[in-house]
Amino acid sequence: MFKKKKANAPAVGAHRSKLITRPMRKMVWIFLIPTFLCFIIGFVWPFASGVYLSFCEFKLIREALFIPISKVKDVFVGFSNYVRALQDPSFRKAFFYTAEYAVASVLIINVISFFLAYLLTLKIKGSNIFRTVFFMPNLIGGIVLSYIWLLIFNGILIHYGTYLTENATFGFWGLIILMAWQQIGYMMIIYIAGFQSVSEEILEAARIDGATKWQTLFKVIVPNMMTTISVCMFLSLTNSFKLYDQNLALTAGAPVITTAEGTQIKMTEMLALNISSSFGKINAWAKGTAQAKAVIFFLLVAAISLIQLKVTRDKEVQQ
Amino acid sequence: MKATTKADKIKAWALTIFLTGVSLAWAMPIVIVLINSFKSKGSIATETFKMPTAETFVGLQNFTNGITAGNYNFWKCVGYSVIITVLSVSLILVCTSMAAWYITRVNSKFAKLVYTLCTFSMIVPFQMVQYTLSNTANMLHLDTPYTIPIIYLGFGAGMAIFMFTGFIKQIPLEIEEAAVVDGCSPVQTFFKVVLPMLAPSMISVGILEAMWVWNDYLLPYLVLDITKYRTIPIHIQYLRGSYGSVDMGASMALIILALLPVIIIYLFCQKYIIKGVAAGAVKG
Repeated sequence: MFKKKKANAPAVGAHRSKLITRPMRKMVWIFLIPTFLCFIIGFVWPFASGVYLSFCEFKLIREALFIPISKVKDVFVGFSNYVRALQDPSFRKAFFYTAEYAVASVLIINVISFFLAYLLTLKIKGSNIFRTVFFMPNLIGGIVLSYIWLLIFNGILIHYGTYLTENATFGFWGLIILMAWQQIGYMMIIYIAGFQSVSEEILEAARIDGATKWQTLFKVIVPNMMTTISVCMFLSLTNSFKLYDQNLALTAGAPVITTAEGTQIKMTEMLALNISSSFGKINAWAKGTAQAKAVIFFLLVAAISLIQLKVTRDKEVQQ
Repeated sequence: MKATTKADKIKAWALTIFLTGVSLAWAMPIVIVLINSFKSKGSIATETFKMPTAETFVGLQNFTNGITAGNYNFWKCVGYSVIITVLSVSLILVCTSMAAWYITRVNSKFAKLVYTLCTFSMIVPFQMVQYTLSNTANMLHLDTPYTIPIIYLGFGAGMAIFMFTGFIKQIPLEIEEAAVVDGCSPVQTFFKVVLPMLAPSMISVGILEAMWVWNDYLLPYLVLDITKYRTIPIHIQYLRGSYGSVDMGASMALIILALLPVIIIYLFCQKYIIKGVAAGAVKG
């Protein structure tokens, strides 16, 4: 474990020489400090105070931050925000909905983009134009993209006397179609690079051995592309978990149902949207609980990223 | 190569025809919005997939309505979006490439700490910091289009520094040593020697960051005072917020206006864009 980490450490001796380093050291104020200060404002401080606030109960941020240390115990509530977050039915619903969405979208997006990439590497006429068209939706922002599809979905559904936010199933598949449209071109580009990295000799050997096209694809190309495949799988997985704009603009969580206990649950709300809207509530523990949800969400996304790191590294070793 | 048989040729043509069909379907959503942007607002919801007829065709009226919709001029949104994107991306490119060079060349504990924090920040989702970040931004009065680039630099530094250090490691040291021997100060060495060599990676990082900032919704929505400053995504989402009273025609026109610059830039620089995005995926 430790050896592996060292091998991938950022800096090795060959990137430095005293001739360059010595005069640079004095220049840290020009090169590094300005960026570092912005980094503190934009990330380090918000992150650290966010972790702290997830253990506090407060209505306004100044009740919990920038207070004398002796007063911290008045707002500090331990893990009760986390307990509340995990017991929140809307948060649980959002988790399972996100997981369900992630499984479906990862499979659909990767299978389609893999085969499109395969077809585009067959040296057919116009493959550059096709690539340009398939990639284009990737540049459109989530909000604008969602309105394009909202028009189309509602334009179809109106003929059946219904609309997108009436039925949670419509919302689910609508989001999948929308995200497939946006992401397939992107994944396709990475898969094309993967296909092109499979060496000609291996393909030649397969051809000489008399392998059919399908055998070559599944028994020769796919095993040699495992790194690319895992990169794309994890990329689409993290994208699904972090999804916010499209979820907000397409359904904003609608339809809403009321449970027997009287809590309202949004049927198509994903984790990121659930957390963001939790910050808008005003009861005494709402903000702390929302922050606790955010920490749980962060741990979840971080865990996926760490597994990804491990999987891709193991794959690299195998090759 | 073996001679192509007739069957192979037919197969290749069938494939081209198939992919042409798929491509047309792929472009359809945008074509549909374009068609609808010329139709009267009443006919959009009910006859979404029909071409405009003599009664439903309204010319450019949706566009003139759209530009002033929601009592906020759309060109102002375009202006703010451009200002925020240009300022943020330039700031990110200059500052993070300098920082990355320092981190790669100077082996201090501080440099290592910054690098570790940067890689860590890449796995943190925005929701984790959204509340505290928007509060910090308001407290420090960073809530205008001219100051929000500082926030973008702060939150986006991680990925940019990570990518730049990767590129800088591939630059041979000898060139910089020659510059130092010739009497260049570190600042001169950076801007005259290192920066030109980083140009290709600048394009990649710049495209990735520009796509992020241009399309970003939640961060500017939380940070900016949206009665005064709206970016394009904020404005379009805001117009929809007044549910029921939405002017569908105006919305269609605005979507087309929002898409137009992106598509034009894409058609001209698609090679760089696709390359940059692919580089980001493999690095990240």
